[in-house]
Amino acid sequence: METRQLKDLCREIRMDVVKMITEAGSGHPGGSLSSVELVAATYFTQMNVDPANPKDPDRDRFVLSKGHVAPVYYSVLAHRGFFPVEELWTLRKLHSRLQGHPDSKKLPGVDVATGSLGQGVSLAVGMALGAKHQGKSFHVYALTGDGELQEGLVWEAFMAASHYKLDNLTFLVDWNGLQIDGTNDEVMSLGDLNAKLRAFGLDVIELKDGNDLEAVIAALNTPATPGKPRCILAHTVKGKGVSFMENQVGWHGKAPSKEQCAAAIAELEAAKNE
Amino acid sequence: MNKATRQAYGEALVELAKTNDKVVVLDADLAHATMTSIFKDAYPDRHYNVGIAEADLVDIAGGMSTTGLVPFCSTFAMFGIGRAFEQIRNSIAYPRLNVKLAMTHAGITVGPDGGSHACIEDIALMRVVPGMTVVVPADANETYACVAAAAEMDGPVYIRLARMATPVFEGDMVKPFTLGKANVLREGSDVAIFACGIMVAEALKAADLLAEQGVSAAVINMHTIKPLDADCVREYAKRCGKLVAAEEASTIGGLGDAISSVLVDGQLPAKLIRVGVQDVFGQSGEPEELMREYGLDAESIVKKVLEA
Repeated sequence: METRQLKDLCREIRMDVVKMITEAGSGHPGGSLSSVELVAATYFTQMNVDPANPKDPDRDRFVLSKGHVAPVYYSVLAHRGFFPVEELWTLRKLHSRLQGHPDSKKLPGVDVATGSLGQGVSLAVGMALGAKHQGKSFHVYALTGDGELQEGLVWEAFMAASHYKLDNLTFLVDWNGLQIDGTNDEVMSLGDLNAKLRAFGLDVIELKDGNDLEAVIAALNTPATPGKPRCILAHTVKGKGVSFMENQVGWHGKAPSKEQCAAAIAELEAAKNE
Repeated sequence: MNKATRQAYGEALVELAKTNDKVVVLDADLAHATMTSIFKDAYPDRHYNVGIAEADLVDIAGGMSTTGLVPFCSTFAMFGIGRAFEQIRNSIAYPRLNVKLAMTHAGITVGPDGGSHACIEDIALMRVVPGMTVVVPADANETYACVAAAAEMDGPVYIRLARMATPVFEGDMVKPFTLGKANVLREGSDVAIFACGIMVAEALKAADLLAEQGVSAAVINMHTIKPLDADCVREYAKRCGKLVAAEEASTIGGLGDAISSVLVDGQLPAKLIRVGVQDVFGQSGEPEELMREYGLDAESIVKKVLEA
């Protein structure tokens, strides 16, 4: 997909996210909006997947380790053709395939269920190791939050990724700086993340603006360093694209009112001509 | 002949790998204790050590299973089931991934390592997880059979293995193995002893001792705790009226509780005697001493039956 088109799709995805969460009455808009470019660019410029054959054993894999941002994931999967866009409005409703956190038993396109923070990183390591073991060439992508990096399991998984030289694995860190109880630094300092990730053997690309679609695509297009797992450490803006949500910790896990939804949609519509 | 089920497990993996090229084995720096080292020696490129990281062990196995492999992952039950419980629950059972959890050194017979390592909660923890199959093989032969059966089925399985060497059954004590189907090892009419794992050998000894006292005891090897062979429980509840559940684990949430649910649900008027660890932690000691100390040996079973 052309970058110009994809940029417009990112705006649509943001509108989907706001509408879905409003319709559901609960959900996580902040981190969904901050990671739009990371998820969309991965699915539309990198991944070899076929919605007609979602279980293709040779497909590329994506793990939404920060499973609470399911809305952005579902919107991307729907636009990629895994299920009808209209189904997005069933998010979090009884009997919906769109569970509050992704369920791979229910929804085509979801490679593995997530929701418990940290576990997706380790699952992704297992997928990449499984590919290597079988001599398969597919690539594995995993999106993590920043607060999620406080989970010890994540570092166990990074160690293993590096130990097993998984250069078929790309971690995407949505570093928006905010988590439920406050800023990362207030809750539990992450320190020099870039240095920590490099010390764990990852090949780090740090993006000053992880909401800059061209920059994200360029990072994803950077050829892998043989023998090293890649980590794209992306500084993003929580709530990106909806001015009253941007950088507001209160929008981590709250649904907009109907009025707030309308205001957000109007703002995103207006951004079309920018 | 005596052999530990963990030893049989290592051997079973080697056999399995000969015919199933999807099988891989993961360990968390305990390969020489869990005996996956036997597999590693035979198939070094199909054995993965993840280091001392049990949560990672389980999730890496989960990820590998999504690529079509059949991972067996092993460490001590205390850490593989205890520490990694939530990984098992959310990353294995919830997406119903095809991972086999074969954990060793379960129960109080871990011995001198003591209470920190004596996992008595694992059966209850795995039983409560939706869709989990829970197997406690009684001896080496049953371990071979259940490893093969676990690989054959699609979905998560917990196999509970022991550190201590125990008798390998011979002759007509060797029964065909079917997951979820209890094996009657000895018929009896006064009491039916349902046992799993290393308690099966104790139950057989207890039945001999009871016979000397004129008590006819049936012995049933309840190797699969979930799904439980409820028909077998109902049959013997009606026939004997007095049942024993014998497990080398907490009496809370394990085989005894599973059997009591069948009795209550069916409103069956049978008495149930629970032999197991009575809501206390283990401690250091030799396995045989510990079996006596916690009332799990054949003599203790006999005493409880005669008192009831």
